[in-house]
Amino acid sequence: MIKNVRKLAIAASVAAACLGAVLPSAYAAEEQFFMLPSYRVGPYGANGNAFYGGFVDYLNYVNMKGGIDGVQATWEECETEYNNAKGVECYERLKAKAAKAPGPIHTMSTGISYALVDKTAADKLPLAMMGYGLTSAVDGSVFPWAFPLVTTYQMQASAIVKFLKDKEGGSLAGKKIVFLYHDSAYGKEPILALEAESRLNKYDLVQIPVAHPGNEQGAQWQRIRQEKPDYVIMWGWGVMNMTALKTAQKMGFPREKMIGSWWAGSEEDVVPAGDAAKGYMSATWNVAGKAVPVIADIEKSVYGAGKGNLSDKAKLGTILYNRGVSAAVLSVEAIRTAQAKYGKGKAMGAEQVRWGLENLNITDARLKDLGATGLLPAVKTACDNHEGSGKVKMQQWDGSKWVVMTDWIEGNKALIHPLFQADAAKYAKEKGITPRNCAAEAKK
Amino acid sequence: MQFFLEVLIGGLLSGVMYSLVALGFVLIFKASGVFNFAQGAMVYFAALSLVGVMGKGAPLWLAFILAFGIMTILGIATEKFVLRKMVNQAPISLFMATIGLAFFIEGLAPLLWGNDVRALEIGLVDEPIPYLLDSFNIVVSSFDLTAAGLALALVAGLALFFQFTRVGRALRAVADDHQAALSIGIPLQHIWALVWAVAGFVALVAGMLWGSRNGVQFALTFTALKALPVLILGGFTSVPGAIVGGLIIGASEKLAEIYIPPVMQSMFGGNFGGIEGWFPYVMALLFLLVRPEGLFGEKHIDRV
Repeated sequence: MIKNVRKLAIAASVAAACLGAVLPSAYAAEEQFFMLPSYRVGPYGANGNAFYGGFVDYLNYVNMKGGIDGVQATWEECETEYNNAKGVECYERLKAKAAKAPGPIHTMSTGISYALVDKTAADKLPLAMMGYGLTSAVDGSVFPWAFPLVTTYQMQASAIVKFLKDKEGGSLAGKKIVFLYHDSAYGKEPILALEAESRLNKYDLVQIPVAHPGNEQGAQWQRIRQEKPDYVIMWGWGVMNMTALKTAQKMGFPREKMIGSWWAGSEEDVVPAGDAAKGYMSATWNVAGKAVPVIADIEKSVYGAGKGNLSDKAKLGTILYNRGVSAAVLSVEAIRTAQAKYGKGKAMGAEQVRWGLENLNITDARLKDLGATGLLPAVKTACDNHEGSGKVKMQQWDGSKWVVMTDWIEGNKALIHPLFQADAAKYAKEKGITPRNCAAEAKK
Repeated sequence: MQFFLEVLIGGLLSGVMYSLVALGFVLIFKASGVFNFAQGAMVYFAALSLVGVMGKGAPLWLAFILAFGIMTILGIATEKFVLRKMVNQAPISLFMATIGLAFFIEGLAPLLWGNDVRALEIGLVDEPIPYLLDSFNIVVSSFDLTAAGLALALVAGLALFFQFTRVGRALRAVADDHQAALSIGIPLQHIWALVWAVAGFVALVAGMLWGSRNGVQFALTFTALKALPVLILGGFTSVPGAIVGGLIIGASEKLAEIYIPPVMQSMFGGNFGGIEGWFPYVMALLFLLVRPEGLFGEKHIDRV
């Protein structure tokens, strides 16, 4: 009898243990899965490390605060080394996992995002390209699944021209601007906008490409010395940036006359250049520093709990770290926007997240609620505007930190938007895409 | 004319920087008949070790000695764990082993020292020499001149070492035939360890100068790409060839970058800049048609 009771007790314990193991997963909180084709090693590993560190820290932060309205964010990284082929391989590996409830995909690479624009549209997965990627994807009628959020290369180039014009007392007529660019899809993307601005503002545009990786620029800067430009706009990436700054110093070109894109405006670009970087300016769509409440709170709560993603805490508050946080803020807000329509407390499907990205309305008041005032501009997207802002700030390196020089500057929308709309229409024709009727959809 | 001269001088000085990297290749090739694919990774590893040790508070001279120590250990380890098993194997097997070694070093370096881009201050300012700028309106950097001086001294030292020392002669014998060298009592293992350590030293000097100019970062591994056409031109076995090849490649790529794109644009329209990435390779390829062994390379003759 006692033997049977003992057996029964053991069987009951085993059953309870099994049930205990099963129950938590059966009743686990819903999950939203972020595929992260990231890069933390290779030539641009330092940049990717800061960006994806910020991105993951924010997801952790949201989870610690109860998740995205109760839905836990999960993620998986796959190393791309900023290589297009590896980026596509990572996407293919993770897309099945992301099919049910995906977060927006961030590749932080124009080349990889170019390669994924068609694939994500076919697989119906949302692709975010915050501050990079295919500019014409702003037109959501042709690119429903791609979101070049916040601003694009062309609007950024236009904003830089506007900034220089203001510096020159309102006119660039007769001035000469050299466009020094990484000879890649990324570097070539703003040329259309700069040429349009050149025709409008009557300045002389000289285009000088730099072959990858850009660690030797003697000839380019000799030509710049010969051209004697008023300004140099630089679209660099990685080693090209510090080589440009150092070579400008060697050639005696003033760094105060150099302005870079936001991929040429992080601490990783200027610190290694030492004194050669002092006075150099760049555009940015997010600010640096830990003064922003959400960054300070991440440091306190995430790193305080030992859950921080960065091994080097000194990167907290750097431009690229804060950019990663900004990208995560927008991604999470897109899911929250979708939840408001499709059901709170639920994981969102791909189409629902896509809708959330297309109907973002992050006002200054909402940014304040999120503790992100001043971190990034207000964003309001629509079917025909997947960008949602088009604004950047200008900053200057003072030798030890980036100093913000301006308020948010918006590029010339009237000039630039028709350019990429025409490009999107051409793309639709080539691919046989029937554009959505955004006006009709808005009325529904 | 003044502009042409400026481009030419700038190109020649850049070429010396390429020669520095090419030298490392030549050393290994001379000793083992193998093209060391890992030379670029060694430049990165050496520079990262130097700046890493400096980051711990060591002055430059001490950091240089310690980094050389690290490169020597790497050289000995390479001989012990990679090359020793490959004695008398086909050169292609040794070449494949160096590909593996390159990936290993590229992974090991950031694991040990982190993957942040670091500044390296060696006390040389990369600014134009005022006298040349004021008198001739030509920009020549004092940094580039010093780098050129260092490279020339290194080349002279290595050339003498190979030509007039017992070790140098042993190196040449090993390069010619591993087995024959062993049979006459040349300690192959010591020779290989030594030559990898010397190649490590050259990588350290190259890494220090390139790192000081562009920051110490992964992109230093790409410097190897600049050395390849230099080797084809100068010959894989010639130390002076590396320097002459570097000068030719440096000067021609800079002149090409300045003068070819405008001609192409006037003929075809569009934008033809950024050619210095591939121009040296085209030049090297053309050169191969005329002189396959390079300017100073040894003509290979087999008994049939």
